Amino acid sequence: MLFLLSRTGQFTLKQLSEMGKMFLFLVSALLLAFRPPAKISLIIHHIKTIGVDSLSVVLLSGFFTGMVMGFQGYYSLIKFNAESRLGSFAALGLLRELGPVLSAFMVTGRTGSAMAAELGTMRATEQIDALYSMAINPIKYLVSPRIIAGLIAMPLLTALFDVVGIYGAYLIGVGLLGVSSGSYFSGMESSVVFNDVYSGFLKSVSFGFIITWVCCYKGFHAPPMATGVSQATTESVVLSFVLILVWDYFLTSIML
Amino acid sequence: MLKGVNLEFTTGKITTIVGTSGCGKTVLLKHLNALLLPDRGQVLVDGTDITKLRQKELYEMRGRFGVLFQAAALLDSMTIFDNVAFPLREKTAMNETQIAKKVEERLEQVGLEGMGYKYPGELSGGMKKRSGLARALVMDPEIVLFDEPTTGLDPILGASIHQLIARTQKTFGFTGVVVSHTIPQVFEISDYVAMMANGMIEEVKTPKEFQSSQNPVVQQFIHGQTEGPIQVL
Repeated sequence: MLFLLSRTGQFTLKQLSEMGKMFLFLVSALLLAFRPPAKISLIIHHIKTIGVDSLSVVLLSGFFTGMVMGFQGYYSLIKFNAESRLGSFAALGLLRELGPVLSAFMVTGRTGSAMAAELGTMRATEQIDALYSMAINPIKYLVSPRIIAGLIAMPLLTALFDVVGIYGAYLIGVGLLGVSSGSYFSGMESSVVFNDVYSGFLKSVSFGFIITWVCCYKGFHAPPMATGVSQATTESVVLSFVLILVWDYFLTSIML
Repeated sequence: MLKGVNLEFTTGKITTIVGTSGCGKTVLLKHLNALLLPDRGQVLVDGTDITKLRQKELYEMRGRFGVLFQAAALLDSMTIFDNVAFPLREKTAMNETQIAKKVEERLEQVGLEGMGYKYPGELSGGMKKRSGLARALVMDPEIVLFDEPTTGLDPILGASIHQLIARTQKTFGFTGVVVSHTIPQVFEISDYVAMMANGMIEEVKTPKEFQSSQNPVVQQFIHGQTEGPIQVL
């Protein structure tokens, strides 16, 4: 019994310590992000890595998500003779929820894991130590630009996911299942309000923040060995997924 | 790991720290520019305890150091030219023409002229070390730390790296601290040799005195004996 208590205590203390370190890491990265000189070229580079390089996977997943919503929406709504509301269903579902969450998942898997692996490898090969030795703050150079790039790129990717998803649902609903094109778009127009778009935007920005923060932290603090890098990559993806879902719940409960 | 290290480095000279693998040589080296902090004790650079410095002061102090890591620690997303130029671009107000001139100068001094366009992944081990040395020297540091500069290299390449260290030390006049276990080759470039064992410094002598030392720890290490005061796992 004592052993169990001891292990539970150790585990809890370890998790609290980890949370504290993550928070201090975040504060450091944010403070350094606003300290001159600004690393504009690095930010642009990371916007390309996070945004442009994730574009194809986000568009593809958005398109198929939309098509699935078209099917599921139609066969659910038809039970209430409300299939003409498919446009509202797809748009609201994508803008408020599926767009931000699924695009965040795609970016976590595609770019977040790569970020953790890159920083973990830099740790293992002493490149981060080399930056410290050159009197260059590695958090300012490696982490802050990524966080800013994530805040910029994620909402743009989410917007594209939403557009492609709405079109995917349109293709299925209107093109395949016979919903009227006019009712699809008019339903969307009448149902979607600014708050729907804004809540999706806010979610996507905060998810971009979570992904870059968690993945950079895990990579930066990876044990300096091959297994350490793979462990950091896995943990960064899992923790990002969990935090995205948890934060999504909190934001949804506040904004609805 | 370190159980009481008292060691002084003479300005303008090369001190080599030797010892068995895993005895804490690299750990000690990383304390010298505060990459690691001691649980107890001081690290004094010109009388200033660098373990007590605030972050801004510490970064300024680190500007006096150049470091050649064991695997060179080149930033692999950049070419060799950009690696060597990196500290100049980040820490100085030099324009690109001035930077290019200085970088080419350093690359020539380490025998890598015209190779600046290559990426670290395209280089041999020896070329990586030389690139790392060029980067370590580009800011004209007062103190240069070398972490096992010839480990993993063949004897000829190792000798050429040792000669390069000696030549650049004479040219730039820096204080060098070399961590190595490749004896007796490293004695040729050393002004002093410090033997590390069991977490402590056992002896500090000139290379000639070191090789004729009667200290049993030194004798065991020099002759590669498995029996003796140094415990081998």
